[in-house]
Amino acid sequence: MDESVIDRAVYAELRDTTGAEFVAELVDTFIEEGPGMLAELRAARAEGNAERFRRAAHSLKSNGRTFGAVKLAALAREFELNGLNTDLAQDVAGLAALEAEYARAAAALKALRNG
Amino acid sequence: MAEDSSRVLIADDNKVNRLLLSRSVELLGHRIALAENGRIALDKLRNEPCDLLLLDIEMPELDGFAVLEQLKADLKLRDVPVIVTSSIEGLDNIIRCIELGAEDYLPKPVNQVLLKARIGAILEKKRLRDQQKALVQRFATSEVAEDLLQSGFALGGKRVHASVMFSDIRGFTAMVESQGPEETIDFLNTYYTLMFDAISSHGGMVNLMIGDGLMALFGAPLPLDDCAGGAVAAALEMLELIEQFNHERSAVDKAAIRIGVGVATGDVVAGYAGTQQRATYTCIGDTVNLAARLEAHTKVAGCGILIDDATRRALGGRVPMQSLGEVPFKGKAAAVEIFSVTAGGAS
Repeated sequence: MDESVIDRAVYAELRDTTGAEFVAELVDTFIEEGPGMLAELRAARAEGNAERFRRAAHSLKSNGRTFGAVKLAALAREFELNGLNTDLAQDVAGLAALEAEYARAAAALKALRNG
Repeated sequence: MAEDSSRVLIADDNKVNRLLLSRSVELLGHRIALAENGRIALDKLRNEPCDLLLLDIEMPELDGFAVLEQLKADLKLRDVPVIVTSSIEGLDNIIRCIELGAEDYLPKPVNQVLLKARIGAILEKKRLRDQQKALVQRFATSEVAEDLLQSGFALGGKRVHASVMFSDIRGFTAMVESQGPEETIDFLNTYYTLMFDAISSHGGMVNLMIGDGLMALFGAPLPLDDCAGGAVAAALEMLELIEQFNHERSAVDKAAIRIGVGVATGDVVAGYAGTQQRATYTCIGDTVNLAARLEAHTKVAGCGILIDDATRRALGGRVPMQSLGEVPFKGKAAAVEIFSVTAGGAS
């Protein structure tokens, strides 16, 4: 598996401190909630609502870090720190990259949960 | 022991975070409550006591900063310890949390070992503080304890409008001589329990106990709308309770006791007097002297409750009483008109 998607050490620590069964449940919750968070981010961008945009990015970053989804967390963090870009096209491209990374992270977490 | 039953409120808008923090806290053996935003967190804190709040900062409706501000401004909630758990960016935001009263800041994802140490230390600190509070209240009455916790300790007084009450037991010395000291202590404890009940149920505070005598304040340290009414109602209730107490005493062949109560109303200077190391909450002024003289005069006048003119005027005819004319008191330039309150008229 691609180590750059999920930091295995972070994931292992999470599993060891909270239990494998619980982590499986937590991964499921993340996969359930993820699309909603991404939609929220898109909606905030479309609305031009900086506060909402930052908060949605912050949530994704926070969850990304929890599971060791390093790249996802880094991309979300950039949105959180930079806020709305004056160049809409850049944000649209950034959002697409973030969504793609989310899909990779979700798939990797699913595999880890079952493995 | 205390740790087993601690209740931790987790406020976080993100479901994954809530689940994870719940798991972490439950693994430490604590009970949890959950809130999805700051407003719900404050509602829950107001309705059910919590020992600790784990607070996220980025939340819709009411964020963590606003929660910290509102907790600080709320007398009932400001002692609830808060650990901020967040992945907020910027050192200035973390400093702001601490300045707003958070005990600690733990970055997310929260390290389980660190969380355990922090929660343990904070709950222990809270337990000690609760113990201290209980101790202060045992020796200082809850009003003074509250005043101390709110305004801190400073020697010196402020002028307030209050009613002052003095009360003591007639023939107490003879009674002490006729019985053993253990019996006297027992008696005094029962007596004081009754008197405290009557006084505090009418908004008064006992600030002095000497032997069988006590001094109580109505209107200090916390203001009271109707301090004279409260003091007289308390005095009437005290006499009533003594009546019942005498009933019980006569059943075991003990002599009845009688008390005398003096109440005066006016401006007094109330505050802490003593030294930095040892001080007492008290009040001084003419009103205090007059209340003491009135109490002493109940013996001469042969009645239970004597009040001054200011108290009578404040009562506005609510309680039956009778003028005993003017009496020259020691320390008073002019004679003072005094009134005897007759029992059975309490409202």
